[in-house]
Amino acid sequence: MSAYRDKDPRIHGIQSRIRVVPNFPKSGIMFQDITTLLLDPKAFKDTVDLFVERYRGKNISVVAGIEARGFIFGPAIALEIGAKFVPLRKPKKLPGKVISEEYELEYGRDCLEMHLGAVEPGDRALVVDDLIATGGTLCAAMKLLERVGADVVECACVIELPDLKGREQLNGKPLYVLVESH
Amino acid sequence: MASQDEQDPRIAKISSAIRVIPNFPKPGIMFQDITTLLLDTKAFRDTIDLFVERYRGKDISVVAGVEARGFIFGPPIALAIGAKFVPMRKPNKLPGEVISEEYSLEYGTDKMEMHVGAVQAGERALIIDDLIATGGTLVAAIRLLERVGVHVVECACVIELPELKGRERLGDKPLFVLVSST
Repeated sequence: MSAYRDKDPRIHGIQSRIRVVPNFPKSGIMFQDITTLLLDPKAFKDTVDLFVERYRGKNISVVAGIEARGFIFGPAIALEIGAKFVPLRKPKKLPGKVISEEYELEYGRDCLEMHLGAVEPGDRALVVDDLIATGGTLCAAMKLLERVGADVVECACVIELPDLKGREQLNGKPLYVLVESH
Repeated sequence: MASQDEQDPRIAKISSAIRVIPNFPKPGIMFQDITTLLLDTKAFRDTIDLFVERYRGKDISVVAGVEARGFIFGPPIALAIGAKFVPMRKPNKLPGEVISEEYSLEYGTDKMEMHVGAVQAGERALIIDDLIATGGTLVAAIRLLERVGVHVVECACVIELPELKGRERLGDKPLFVLVSST
């Protein structure tokens, strides 16, 4: 589901503030840069509001944000809906005891970590990131939460790259995005 | 200035929600872990409110947050006071044209980057991070903003480690913290 398709009037402003940077991080990639969205206080607020309106009153107890751009959107949403914020981080950043989930990159593997004890069995969780591409990172995030007994209610991203079919990688979990980019 | 001097009743709960992890990232370091604060919805809310109450109505147009934990506190403050959020990042993360500032680590140097065009000369800025230790990172952030003509009004952190004398390193720039940890 996407707000883009629902044609909420705020979407146009949000989409127009996202800057596409060609050939970053390497040739052929059209990078979706959300930093320009963050420079427009109204569009940034609208972005957060769209998520808050969707998730308020749904008994969400955890918002998990993926390092680092998920940290920009996740906490604001968590604060508004009264949920805990849990950072999901690259290896060796979290100081306490962690659980780790490995995932595939285009070349090689990476790892996502979460603090033990941050999330409890039965917690209802959202996973937030700025963008879904192949879905590998989101999948690893969901696995971490499910391994400790949380119920992942939905994944939420500002941007989807539908051509990369990340939505299909989410093992049936719903995905909500504001903007699609082809 | 520290909020402790004014004994705001919210400070005690914020302070007790921060977890200290010994010997991370290396022996002898008592790491101040704010992830446990983020699990306490009221204490996290209070943390943001204390900054927002201080900076609202002061014509701050930019909140600059230092990667990655500055990304957790900065955006909710920016949203509440109607300012832009500008991420200050490690090298090669920002996709567009950047300016860089090198700074010293205990061993070696690191670099901080900001997008060209994110801020304009004459803007009034806050710099946010979770913690100030030696002050090296904050000084780099101040320099980046001042190089493009921005007026840095204040640096704001949740935690200060006063024994590391970071406050003195900031020179004439004021520092506001919520919790002082000796």
